[in-house]
Amino acid sequence: MSQNYSFPPRSLVALATIGLLVLLAGADLRATGGIDPFDAPPPVAFGSGAAPSGAHCTDM
Amino acid sequence: MAAIRLSLAAFAVILVLAVFALAGPRAALLVAIGLGYGLVLEGLRFGFAGPWRVMVTERDGRGLLAQLLAIGITAAAAIPLIAAAPQELVGAAAPIGIAMIGGAFVFGAAMQLVMGCGSGTLVNAGSGNLVGAVALAGFVAGSFLGTLHLGWWTGLGSLPVLTVQDFFGSTGGLAVTLLGLAAVAAVVVLRSAPGKRLLPRRLFVAAVLIALLAIVNLAVAGQPWGIVYGLGLWGAKIAQAAGADLSANAFWSSPVHAERLSQSILTDYTSLTNIGLVVGAFLAMRWRAAPAAQVKRLRAESWAVVLLAGLVLGYSARLAFGCNIGAIFSGVSTGSLHGWVWFAAAFAGSTFGVRLRPILLRSPQIAAAEGSPA
Repeated sequence: MSQNYSFPPRSLVALATIGLLVLLAGADLRATGGIDPFDAPPPVAFGSGAAPSGAHCTDM
Repeated sequence: MAAIRLSLAAFAVILVLAVFALAGPRAALLVAIGLGYGLVLEGLRFGFAGPWRVMVTERDGRGLLAQLLAIGITAAAAIPLIAAAPQELVGAAAPIGIAMIGGAFVFGAAMQLVMGCGSGTLVNAGSGNLVGAVALAGFVAGSFLGTLHLGWWTGLGSLPVLTVQDFFGSTGGLAVTLLGLAAVAAVVVLRSAPGKRLLPRRLFVAAVLIALLAIVNLAVAGQPWGIVYGLGLWGAKIAQAAGADLSANAFWSSPVHAERLSQSILTDYTSLTNIGLVVGAFLAMRWRAAPAAQVKRLRAESWAVVLLAGLVLGYSARLAFGCNIGAIFSGVSTGSLHGWVWFAAAFAGSTFGVRLRPILLRSPQIAAAEGSPA
């Protein structure tokens, strides 16, 4: 007897994971009122003159 | 096969363009970098939990040496970059503390139970591994729960934030970091079995590519590669949507986190690279002519252990100020001393977890052979 699941296959599990992420991002975009494109940071932080604004795992 | 690959490439381009349209050029660049992480980690089989396991069980040091090489290359660029632009770039520095050390030890043990660390869990889930997907759900919940209690845990005692640059300056700090990495590599080589000491070409290429992506990550985001923060933020968003009020929580009411909570996850840098990483792993998995089989069947209680281990991974990573990426990779490569302590504590925990895995995770066939109900 095979020890591997015939279902769900890898593609289905991966697409379900990605689908849940898209759902989360979409619902969150709605809940937060969208993103103001004129408020977007410069493409690259290095050389921008702007202070770092993100959050990181090392933040308390 | 050609049609599938063309569709996969189109999917990647559409994702980057969609994020560009919704959140701007920096967000699009970070998703593209995340795609690169996923493609390299899954496509070239570069990981953290697996190499740590085989270092203990088979005295195979090649994967660990690849990690050290990647961190060294990243440090060689990241430390001078941060010194050149301290107003624009920050490192991954965090304090060494009791909870941080304990969290790293527990994280190391749990990552051997789910066969995936921070990046590994995302790669596994993105490549359709059922254990990875279940563990990711636990990881999100755990890293959120960790934020709720972080103040209490750090209150147990910790040192101030310390970096090698504080003691030796930027150039000296880089030299000390590279020497430290070389010393660890020497120990790994000495402890490895003959024939398992030299990097194969695949891992060498992967290490160089991961380092290049991490350097670009730092330059684009202004901060190093991280994973756990984004997962905790996703958990907080889900909790908020379910009616939780986080405004009184010390962590989520601090300005930087309150801002992230009030804005879309498409403005959060770690979320963007996480999303790209998951999709990149999917692309690499589907790109193969014959994708790997699904994971082996487990007993029902073993699935509960996987979910719980994911939760523990997330919670402990939050207390430890990062996982293998935020703490070791980014911490060490930008000079934080907590990265080195994390490394030692997590490796000890990982050695413990390797012994725990066969006891806690059992297939029905093994259980039946031993006479217990599957």
